[in-house]
Parts: sequence; structure tokens; C-alpha cells
Amino acid sequence: MNSLAEKRKTYQDQLAAKAKKTVIVVGLGTCGIAAGGEKIWSAIKGEISNKKLDIEMVYSGCVGMCYKEPIIEVHKPGMPRVIYGDVNPENALQILQEHAVNGKVVIDLAVAQDPKEGAAKLPDVPVLNEIPFYKKQVKTAIAKCGIINPDSIEEYIAFGGYEALEKVLTGMSQVEVIDEVKKSGLRGRGGGGFSTGLKWEFANKAQGDKKYVVCNADEGDPGAFMDRSVLEGDPHAVLEGMAICGYSIGADEGYIYCRAEYPLAIKRLETAIARGEEAGLLGKNILGTGFNFKLKIKAGAGAFVCGEETALINSIEGKRGMPRVRPPFPAQSGLWAKPTNNNNVETYANIPNIIRQGSSWFASMGTEKSKGSKVFALTGKVNRTGLAEVPVGITIREIIFEIAGGIQDDKKFKAVQIGGPSGGCIPEQHLDTPVDYDSLIALGAMMGSGGLVVMDETTCMVDVARFFLNFTKNESCGKCTPCREGTKRMLEILETICAGKGKPEDITTLERLSTVIKSTALCGLGQTAPNPVLATLKYFRSEYEDHIFNKKCPAGVCNALLEYKIDAEKCKGCGSCKKVCPVEAISGEKKQPHEIDTSKCIKCGSCIEKCKLDAIIRG
Amino acid sequence: MSCCCEKKDPNQEAVDAVLAKYKGTKGALIPVLQQCQDIYGYMPKECMAHISKELKIPLSEIFGVVTFYAQFHLNPRGRNIIRCCLGTACHVRGGAKIFERVQKVTGVKDGETTEDLRYTLESVACIGACGLAPVIMVNNDTHGRLTPDKIPDILAQYE
Repeated sequence: MNSLAEKRKTYQDQLAAKAKKTVIVVGLGTCGIAAGGEKIWSAIKGEISNKKLDIEMVYSGCVGMCYKEPIIEVHKPGMPRVIYGDVNPENALQILQEHAVNGKVVIDLAVAQDPKEGAAKLPDVPVLNEIPFYKKQVKTAIAKCGIINPDSIEEYIAFGGYEALEKVLTGMSQVEVIDEVKKSGLRGRGGGGFSTGLKWEFANKAQGDKKYVVCNADEGDPGAFMDRSVLEGDPHAVLEGMAICGYSIGADEGYIYCRAEYPLAIKRLETAIARGEEAGLLGKNILGTGFNFKLKIKAGAGAFVCGEETALINSIEGKRGMPRVRPPFPAQSGLWAKPTNNNNVETYANIPNIIRQGSSWFASMGTEKSKGSKVFALTGKVNRTGLAEVPVGITIREIIFEIAGGIQDDKKFKAVQIGGPSGGCIPEQHLDTPVDYDSLIALGAMMGSGGLVVMDETTCMVDVARFFLNFTKNESCGKCTPCREGTKRMLEILETICAGKGKPEDITTLERLSTVIKSTALCGLGQTAPNPVLATLKYFRSEYEDHIFNKKCPAGVCNALLEYKIDAEKCKGCGSCKKVCPVEAISGEKKQPHEIDTSKCIKCGSCIEKCKLDAIIRG
Repeated sequence: MSCCCEKKDPNQEAVDAVLAKYKGTKGALIPVLQQCQDIYGYMPKECMAHISKELKIPLSEIFGVVTFYAQFHLNPRGRNIIRCCLGTACHVRGGAKIFERVQKVTGVKDGETTEDLRYTLESVACIGACGLAPVIMVNNDTHGRLTPDKIPDILAQYE
């Protein structure tokens, strides 16, 4: 059998040979497909076969530029790789003809060029590493996403894949691997931020004839999708990380618990595991070293609480996904009461790089206590949505205003929600805080999985708090009273405030309930559920007070607190608002200013959408 | 015994095949339920009773699991499942307006199925396509960057 190094050489040669051909890459991650990537794929494919062009087509995962989806790339020998954005089936054919066939770049659609040796730099096309979205990024954990074909183990190996596993199996003891991970300073990327090396050490030291490795791919935080992107774009990195963990703790079996909402991720994982077993890199007697590691996928069944590790373990066992009382911790007694190590997708995806490039390389990035890089999902009211991997410790302002390009439609920044329903919002005055585990906790937020949802001045913070409480109330598993009953009571109070029926004592009641739930709930879901309320109260208390005492919603969101009026100066009496009003609350003669009868108005907002003169005021 | 009505229900056969595959496997209940639901489109009571007998798991426990997870359904569902995302990113980008329009077009509310069994409507908390918010998923297709006016055309594609 050929050694892994020989195989790698062969695959690299194959890739180099491919580079002598013209290749078109279509981004087919979930976001690429949702934006229309498959139609572009068929359009180009059809044209290539019609005209019998000598052009190869491949697909990749997500490069992180969701705001430019659908994205395609053209690799033409002697020219830099060019990335095109906002592609549709028509202009895709233009790109095919002009660039792939005639070698002339379509400047208007080109997002960036990635220079390579032996190819002249193109004028008028920005260089990838210099565009604002890329400049401050360090791509390590998601470096291969969008670059390699996720279904091709050959490409993963050509890019250095499974080298770390080979290094570990052929030359490192279990303790050496754990020490290396500890020295890197890697902390869990799923939320809590516990030291990964320490976690592995506990599982390694635990006594047991059988141990398990579990990967938490139940990415349930609304606003986070980095794990999906890794699973869809570079699944082997996760498998390799899990196998290395398996070796170091003495486990020969692993489970990936992936949420059912990610069908494409599950499909790519299944393919990756099958290819890995065929290549002798997973399964029995890996690389001839006698180490066995069998991986299985478990599809989640739709319960947010299963992101909590003990609930996840119950779910794998086929039970209701309810958390267990700790201790014992999973490292002592986890899956089927055996020692179990549980990390999330991004954590495992970092492992091969740490082993290959050394712990000191990883630890050179980041701050004193938070090392390495972290992937953030940029969403909400920003100009550039997508995934960005940055060194830990970069400021929130740099992420939002430089990488994500600031707020949409020139609106004013209000707050950013970080850490999903367990986190908190961060207002303008703290934008220069470095993003690391400890600084965020000090602000009342948390790193969580790394979702950043940006909100502008048109977002009502009381409504946001209500939104999150509604989420946690729905997702509470019902096992412990503080979470089951407490979140429900908190939601009721927030709903009355949004409905304009808030009472003066509501704020203190919310604060008291929050403290009780935080200190008495059984698991992380309940303990962090009050965070969005506490953070909005801390930074936007006056908005709560406006709702309760002045019966006003300053952001103009809470319907019950809004009033619709017609500006008589602006109204020309066209009558279009009158026509659309479902309750006949608008009256007025033709060509005369109209009026709204506020006692009849149901505040549906139909009139405001119809008025072309901005004559209707909501406030 | 050649009468056609004596033939085994094909769904039943498919269920038995699933059970045969998982018999004796630890933690098999959820995958078994998922695959049986794929066969029927929902979880009929008789099917749960059958699984209980075959896997030797009390029916009460199976019922507990089925009602715990959002994925399992005790009633027949539409041919097309519309999932409207009301996650944070979609929420701040107008997901509620999209949801409203979907309800208007289909004539059903959250969790309901149209009478002709064409659509079942569900709200979900996040489908991980936040970069394209607001989004909906119909069956396994994700539709992004929506405005309420795009909804009728999208839904019309699904018979």
C-alpha cells in the first residue's frame, strides 16, 4: 500500500495537472444553493456541453461571502483566480464566454482576484487579501471551505489533510497530544470556552473499558452558521480532529450529532466518512497502526436544548433530550455511562492545524487568555453578511464596521447581539472591546458560538428581549421549574410591556426573576436565558421606561404603542391610503388632506406602505 | 390466500425493514422513528405500538420521545412543508412580514396543514442561512433574500 505521503504527492500532481486546464467553481453550500447556485451550475454546464468546451466544472462549500452569493470562480491557466459575485444564469454565461473562453475578465462582476505565481496581476480587480471583507481575516479553521471540493478526500489530502492524524499515530503518545492541545490554549468554540486540552485530559484519565468521542453539530443558536459551513465545506477536518481526540483519550468510537435542519451537511459527512474508511484513514487499523476509530452520525430531531452536552448524550441514547445533573461530568460518565469527550465542530476543525503547525503557532494569535482565531457569523442590518475568521481579540468595531462594512442604508448602529439567546447585546459605547471570552462576559454577553446579529436604530430592544425569551420559553425542556415556569413568567411581563400595558414594578420583577433563574436552573439553557433581558436592561433601560411610563416605542416597532397620523402639509389627497385601509379609518375629500380616525385604526401599516409622499407618520 | 387485500401493507413492510436493520442496536429509537416517519409522513399510533413491541420499549416512553422533539408529528402532514425562519437574523430583517404573507397565501397558521394536504406551515428558530435573511425553507430547498411579494411565486412551485 502506498504511504499517505506518496498518496498526497499523487493527488497534488493531479491538482497541478488540473491547474493547466480552465476550471469553473460554483459555490454550492446551503447559502449558495439558496441564492440560486444550482441554476447557475446547470446553465454553465449546459453551455459547456452544447459548445463542447474544454472546461471543467467543480463545486465547493462556502467562502464566507454570503452577501455576494451566488458566487463562482474562474481558474484559467496563466491568469489569477477570479471570484465573481451576484451571478445569475445570464451573466454566468457572459463570464463563461468572455473570461473562461476568451480570457477577458468581466470587471463589473469580479469581486476579487487571487494572484498566483506565473500570472500577471489584473488591472482594475481588487486583490482578495486586500478587500475590506478579507483584510483583517485569518483563515485557518475555515481555510479550505470554498477552496476544496468537500466530497473529495483526495483534495483534502493534497492540502495536507490527515497529516496531523498520521503524525499523532506514528510518533506521539496520548499525553503528548493532550499537552500540545493544552499548550495551544484552544478553548471550546461552542459557547462556554472551557480549555479543550483539559477536557481531553479528564477523559483520558477517566477509568473505563470503553470511551466515546462526541461532536456537537447541533448548531441551534439563531444567527450562527459557521459549523454548517465547516461541515459542508471541509467535513474531513472535523473527522480528523475527532480521530485525533479518540487516540488521545483512548476511544475507538465517535458520534456526530448533527441537527436535522442541515440535510446537506449530513450528506457531506456521510460521504466523507465513507471515503475516509475506504482510504484506511478511519475505521479499522488506521494507517496500519492498529488504532481503530469508527464514526457514526446521529441526526437531531429538533430540540435546541440538545446543544447542551448532557441533553445531547441523552438524545444519542434515544431518549428525550433532557439535561442530566452534573456531576458526574461526561468525562467520567457520559454516553451509556462511559467516559465521553464532547466538543463542537469548530473546536475539532482547529485540531489538525494545531498538531501540524504546532501549539505555538496557534497561541501566537489572540489575547493572553483567549488564543487562536474564531469564526463569526455576521448577520442582521450590516452591508456584508457572511462568515469571517479573525484573530481573537480584534475589536467589535473592526468586525462590524470594517469587515462587515457598517450598517445598511446608512442607518445608525444601535447594538449587536452576541452569543445568541444565551448572550447579550453590546451598545455603541463598548464597540472597542476586544472580542475574547472574558471581556465579553464582563459586558454581560458571551462568545457563544460566535453569531453576531447587528441591529440598527429601527430595532426595539424590548422587542428583542421579548423575542429571545419567546425562544427560550419554547425551547425549555421542562425538566426544572426555574426555567420552565420562570421563562414563561418573564415572557408574559415582556409581552405586556410591548402591548403598552406595562406596570411600574415590571422592571424590578424582571430583575428579580432573572437572578433566581440564573442561579437555580439545571443547565446552561436556563442559566443563561435571562441574559438578553439583563443586558438590554443594563444598556437600554430608558427604552423599557418609555414603554412603561410614556407608552411609547421609540424605535417604532411595538404596534400597540404606535399612532398613525397624516401630515396635512405633505398629503395631496390621492386617496390611495383610503383605498387600502381595511377598516375604513381614513377619510377625506379628493385632492384634500386626509385624516386617520385613531379610534378605528388597527395599526396594520398598509397605508404607510402605499403612500408615495411619506405623508403618513408612525410614532 | 390470493386475495389482494390479504397482501401486506407496503408501508408495514418498509417499517419492518427499518426495524430489522436496527434491532439490537443501542440508542436506535430516534433513527427508527425518523425513518418510520419518512415512510408515513407522520407517526401513526399503530406504528408506535408496533415499534414498542419490536424494540421492547414501553409505548409511554416512545410517546414521550415523539412529543419531545419538534420533528415528530402525530397527525398527517402536507405534501410540502414550509418552514418560515423566525430566527434572530431573520427577525431583524423582517421575517415576521414574510411569515404573515405565507399565512395569507396558504390560509393556514403556524403548525397547521391546508385541507388539500398541499402545505404544512411551521415556524422555525433558525435554519442557518442567516447571511441571506429573511429565508424560508420549502421541503429541502432554502429560499433567501425574500420580500413578501416573492412568496406567491415560490409557493406555487410546489404542488
